[in-house]
Amino acid sequence: MDMDLLRFTTAGSVDDGKSTLIGRLMYDTKSIFEDQIDAIEESSKNRGDEHVNLALLTDGLKAEREQGITIDVAYRYFATPKRKFIIADTPGHIQYTRNMVTGASTANLAIILIDARKGVIEQTKRHSFIASLLQIKHVIVCINKMDLVDYSEEVFENIKNEYLGFDAKLEIPDIRFIPISALHGDNVVDRSKNMDWYQGPSLLWTLENVQIASDRNFIDSRMPVQWVIRPQSDKYHDFRGFAGTINGGVFRKGEEVVVLPSGFTSKIKSIETMNGQLNEAYAPMSIALTLEDEIDISRGDMIAKPNNQPKSSQDIEIMVCWLNTNALKLGSKYTVKHTTNEAKCIIKDVRYKVNVNTLEKIEGVDGLEVNDIGRIQIKTAKPLFYDPYMKNRNTGSVILIDEFTNETVGAGMII
Amino acid sequence: MSSLNLSHLDQLESEAIFIFREVAAQFEKPVILFSGGKDSITMVHLARKAFWPAKVPFPLLHIDTGHNFPEALEFRDNLAEKYGVTLDIGLVQDSIDKGTAREEKGLNPSRNSLQSITLLEKLEEGGYDAAFGGGRRDEEKARAKERFFSHRDDFGQWDPKNQRPELWNLYNGKKAVGESFRIFPISNWTEMDVWQYIKKEKIDLPSIYFSHKRSVVNRGGVWIAESPYNTLLEKESYEERVIRYRTLGCMTITGAIESSASTLDDIIEEVAAARQTERGNRADDKRSEAAMEDRKKQGYF
Ligand SMILES: Nc1nc2c(ncn2[C@@H]2O[C@H](COP(=O)(O)OP(=O)(O)OP(=O)(O)O)[C@@H](O)[C@H]2O)c(=O)[nH]1
Ligand SMILES: [Mg+2]
Repeated sequence: MDMDLLRFTTAGSVDDGKSTLIGRLMYDTKSIFEDQIDAIEESSKNRGDEHVNLALLTDGLKAEREQGITIDVAYRYFATPKRKFIIADTPGHIQYTRNMVTGASTANLAIILIDARKGVIEQTKRHSFIASLLQIKHVIVCINKMDLVDYSEEVFENIKNEYLGFDAKLEIPDIRFIPISALHGDNVVDRSKNMDWYQGPSLLWTLENVQIASDRNFIDSRMPVQWVIRPQSDKYHDFRGFAGTINGGVFRKGEEVVVLPSGFTSKIKSIETMNGQLNEAYAPMSIALTLEDEIDISRGDMIAKPNNQPKSSQDIEIMVCWLNTNALKLGSKYTVKHTTNEAKCIIKDVRYKVNVNTLEKIEGVDGLEVNDIGRIQIKTAKPLFYDPYMKNRNTGSVILIDEFTNETVGAGMII
Repeated sequence: MSSLNLSHLDQLESEAIFIFREVAAQFEKPVILFSGGKDSITMVHLARKAFWPAKVPFPLLHIDTGHNFPEALEFRDNLAEKYGVTLDIGLVQDSIDKGTAREEKGLNPSRNSLQSITLLEKLEEGGYDAAFGGGRRDEEKARAKERFFSHRDDFGQWDPKNQRPELWNLYNGKKAVGESFRIFPISNWTEMDVWQYIKKEKIDLPSIYFSHKRSVVNRGGVWIAESPYNTLLEKESYEERVIRYRTLGCMTITGAIESSASTLDDIIEEVAAARQTERGNRADDKRSEAAMEDRKKQGYF
């Protein structure tokens, strides 16, 4: 009954076939219900599509169906006997990069699609760069629409080499390449009969077998305090539980912990859940800790181990994806949200912006436009307790919020 | 270190608990929309886990169409009492009487679409700034696009083309006066996950989810229960069938399925073999291709 979980995202340029691929994957694993198939068959017919349009399975909004593109992330779910999958099907259009980042931020793996007729283009590079910044450790590059290039090995090899040339500058430890046709199902669930020259596994097999357990951080113990539980009842009169989700490492009953920013130390008295006390808790469990000593702790504080503490600073270097049409400007102010903590901040420096085609740094800029990626320095009104994003996705990520519109305008990864 | 692995159900549970706590911290006056169905019952269970041993720090709000299964109402009242949570009820009938909602024409009007009106009135009246819903992304194609924290303007409307980015586990609940949020803590759960979790956690459910005999009429391929709210059409007649419900809603449109599944194990087996979605027999979703999206834009949860 209990299964392993893999979260993956699609990426790539507009019309490369991401939504069709997800539809195909679900269709061929029999994860689509009859009434859903009937509904998309009927819609396809009404639209005059030549084939049953499998992209309609994820392109659920009216505006998406009208334009035949994905606008916002669709989340889909399926399971095989081996694993359960959460899919984020994201848009390829540059205008909706913010939604691609949304879908990719929680993924363990990205499937990057490339249209075999077009090869590696700017949007392929942008999404690959974002995936590597987000520390997605596993990437499957699917060269799609092989049916339109006569299932040619040469086309596949050329695109693969082109991609590898670009990828040498990225930090993605695990990259694989699969030639597919999302429309016809080649190499999606079953090995293709049209490409004898390809000896590797199908996409589904790869998704089922990628090892992700070692991607998690079991060393640096961190728990941001989210809420303090104080029951108003006689039975639990003295109970003070520090509730939170473990962001890394392991906490054990009896162990010594340190609380930031106060720096006070205490020992874990108990690890509480409604189903009973635990001896140890690890990421990503949501629990409540009680401590031996009465110390002042509130939301936004960080619990760690005395001999392994996060960094604490008000001057923070960040790689940021800018998500809003109101450009980031040197000297402007935002609210930064980090773990359960938040603070006002000011943009102290825009160090450079990245040319996503060449990955070159463009220095001497004083702002970032929508969809730009660059490195900035912020100064926060109070210290944040963080780890580099490379070490921990939860304690290393921030969002920037516009103080006037309340919108989330930047996605940041602490360096 | 492979022993330090969380199963998919544990991960989904942890994610939901995180959301509950986050909302408690970020909002002034949250409320749990309680429909009486298995998803909202599961939500209440998760909320209890999030704040245990303290009580759930939010009231429940039930938007009552007046067309409820009596078993569901009884269950609702018992649940609120058992866990000491306040129950707030919004009657669609009140909105109809006030003239803010108008009953559909026809013999067997559904009050599902009217629920949005009563809901928005109750949210405003109660000053609720965040409302938890048990919606799941796997239920419906417009729901598949929802954020965990779903922003609504001061008319309670959803703007699906312009949702806030939602990154990592950093949820932005900031809003201007009058705006509000819908919160979906079990966004990432499937119907199967919910059933497996109910079994794992031994959560009680209303009896109508399990197989029983009931007097029903077949209307357009859907079994509709006999009730004071249902009028037989010409040539229709009630008959006894062994049925159960996969979802609960307004009695006039929620279809039963023929089933002999009388235990959770039976149901899990049945869900695993199902070839229709659970909303497949809800007439309200079938009305047009974008029925759900349209209702959501107007404030439906
Ligand atoms: N011939 C052929 N056509 C394909 C294949 N995969 C997708 N298509 C077609 O390509 C078009 C775009 O497909 P989508 O799946 O909507 O593309 P997408 O990548 O999801 O696009 P966005 O989400 O808007 O970025 C549709 O007309 C598909 O039918 C394929 O393998 N072969
Ligand atoms: Mg798409």
